[in-house]
Amino acid sequence: MSGNVGHRGRIWFQAMTGQGDPQAGDPGSVLAAAANVGGQTALFVCVIPNPQSRFPCVRDGQVGLEEAYSLASHIWETVKADWEKPQSQKRPIIAIVDVKSQAYGRREETAGIHFAAAVSSDAYASARMAHHPVIALVVGHAFSGGFLTHGYQANRILAFDDPGVVIHAMHKEAAARITRRSVADLEQLGHEIAPLSYDIHDFAKLGILHELLHVENPLEPTSADVATVSRAVVNAIDDARKGPTDLGVRFLSDAAKKSRKAGIEARALMEKQWSQA
Amino acid sequence: MNKVTGTPAFVTRNSFIELNARARARILFDEESWREMVGPFDRMESPWLPMQDVTPEADDGCIVIKGKIAGKPAVAIALEGAFQGGSLGEVSGAKMMAALDLAAKDSREGSITAAVLLLETGGVRLQEANLGLAAVAEVVSSLLALREYAPVVTVIAGTVGCFGGMSLAAGVSSYVIMTREGRLGLNGPEVIEQESGIEEFDSTDRAMIWSIHGGEQRVGMGLADVLAEDDAENIASAVREFVSAGKPAQYRSRKVALYRERIAALDISHQIDPLALRKEWGKDVSHGEKQ
Amino acid sequence: MEQIDFVYPTATRRISGRSHVGVVGSGDMEVLLEPSIQDGAQVHITTSVAGFRDTWKAVFDRFFSRFDGAVQIQVNDAGATPGTVLLRLEQAAEAIK
Repeated sequence: MSGNVGHRGRIWFQAMTGQGDPQAGDPGSVLAAAANVGGQTALFVCVIPNPQSRFPCVRDGQVGLEEAYSLASHIWETVKADWEKPQSQKRPIIAIVDVKSQAYGRREETAGIHFAAAVSSDAYASARMAHHPVIALVVGHAFSGGFLTHGYQANRILAFDDPGVVIHAMHKEAAARITRRSVADLEQLGHEIAPLSYDIHDFAKLGILHELLHVENPLEPTSADVATVSRAVVNAIDDARKGPTDLGVRFLSDAAKKSRKAGIEARALMEKQWSQA
Repeated sequence: MNKVTGTPAFVTRNSFIELNARARARILFDEESWREMVGPFDRMESPWLPMQDVTPEADDGCIVIKGKIAGKPAVAIALEGAFQGGSLGEVSGAKMMAALDLAAKDSREGSITAAVLLLETGGVRLQEANLGLAAVAEVVSSLLALREYAPVVTVIAGTVGCFGGMSLAAGVSSYVIMTREGRLGLNGPEVIEQESGIEEFDSTDRAMIWSIHGGEQRVGMGLADVLAEDDAENIASAVREFVSAGKPAQYRSRKVALYRERIAALDISHQIDPLALRKEWGKDVSHGEKQ
Repeated sequence: MEQIDFVYPTATRRISGRSHVGVVGSGDMEVLLEPSIQDGAQVHITTSVAGFRDTWKAVFDRFFSRFDGAVQIQVNDAGATPGTVLLRLEQAAEAIK
């Protein structure tokens, strides 16, 4: 499963945009293109593995320094170009997500990868707050700091209903090691405790996803698959344009009200006490 | 008359690091001005920890105090590093996000309300995995929304440091105050060693760890603003200055082109020498040292 | 993890105020002490270390031999030693005086 992490990103970027080569000035790991979706031009961005990267710890599709700053510059370029446009004409930004993790490297830590990730999050969130619909399309893995840097600031998240799609805070082996459990125990526990699960159906129970999309073949998409996904992206864009620009939507679904009950209660109490203080 | 004593400064100093999160947050406020929000007696505990045989804390390790700092409305949000490594869970994340959102709402309505984040955290609480990761994204979003109106000041005093997802919150803060004992990075030393091998990162090499993640380095290279001595009044005074200063002229996290160029210019054929990097990136940094 | 409950029916002095001390950090615990709504005192302990009920009983017996407040006490424990437990209880009691 992990053998092809990152490849789905390139496949879907090509399927959605008809393009597949990095732009001049970008590292080989970042794809960015303007392309049509549902009659409007959107910015598509994606991080892919680059076995030739000059940074050794990102070669398998991790998100590192160059990736974070390149994503941020493409997003800001779009935000600035559309700054004066009416809200309804701000271009959508589509993050195609298939990332193994953030980069775990000494070069990255030394040069402040936390800050690079923050810069990219700032760009995505600022685009959203400037009324650009920001859509994350999770076609493969969306792990940890990789997802925080690329996609998790979206105001609508779509994911494929497919066993190769995993959204998680940490990969299984590391989570098992740190929580002192076996991988088998961890998998079992995931069935009982939804936030621990590696199954996208359990993730959907958290109420954070906008929609789970069924595609016939995520590795070799048919034209019908591409049409299905494009329709869903367009619907998500329309929905995002209608809603507020914060992330409050992630607490509104019935699924969220159930699985994030404790957090919702804590927030309600904070609101009550705040107005009294 | 000058009082001459032989007592060295570290004896009379009132250590900030030795205080727990609640005490750290309280001392930032003007006397008698503060009130804790959703405190331990409200018993907003993690529902997920007891399911996994872990004792919860009645405030979920997140202390929120509202009041006045330097005469201005402010909220302090402190993560307790001693409880589950200061990790962010569903409830602690929701408290943090709610406090930031309420400060933003007050600020939009005319009462500019600063936020002070006291971060001692390893990041996402792995027992709440995906809800912790979601909370990080939500906290970063709410912080950015507040930052448009009011200063957001992050303090990383130590000894846990600020790692994992919450390091992004530090990265987008208006101002960052660190001590020499504070550390800031995305991945902790043990995690890097585990994922990439001991040749990449030897988590027992303390000198190397401090040279990369330590407060002196982060301030020196321009990724944090003030290096403060570990003294409660000293840190409170640095916080007051930033709360009084209001929003900065430019946010560090918007300097995309500058940092992209800096990364492009790095010679990474070998590991990066932290001191050389500090010299290169820090040459245009005007930072203060608080004694 | 283990949950333990005790009652001390003879601790009947009415108190006002409440206090919170400590942190659920390794070797430490937090105490939430507040007026009881019933007669006597009630203790509820959640501890990460199972199998020490008798030790807890001994520490609380000692505490209530000198303290007669009708209180409700909640302890969240992360492996505090009996000495630390007693210290935290005394700090919590002191804070409501």
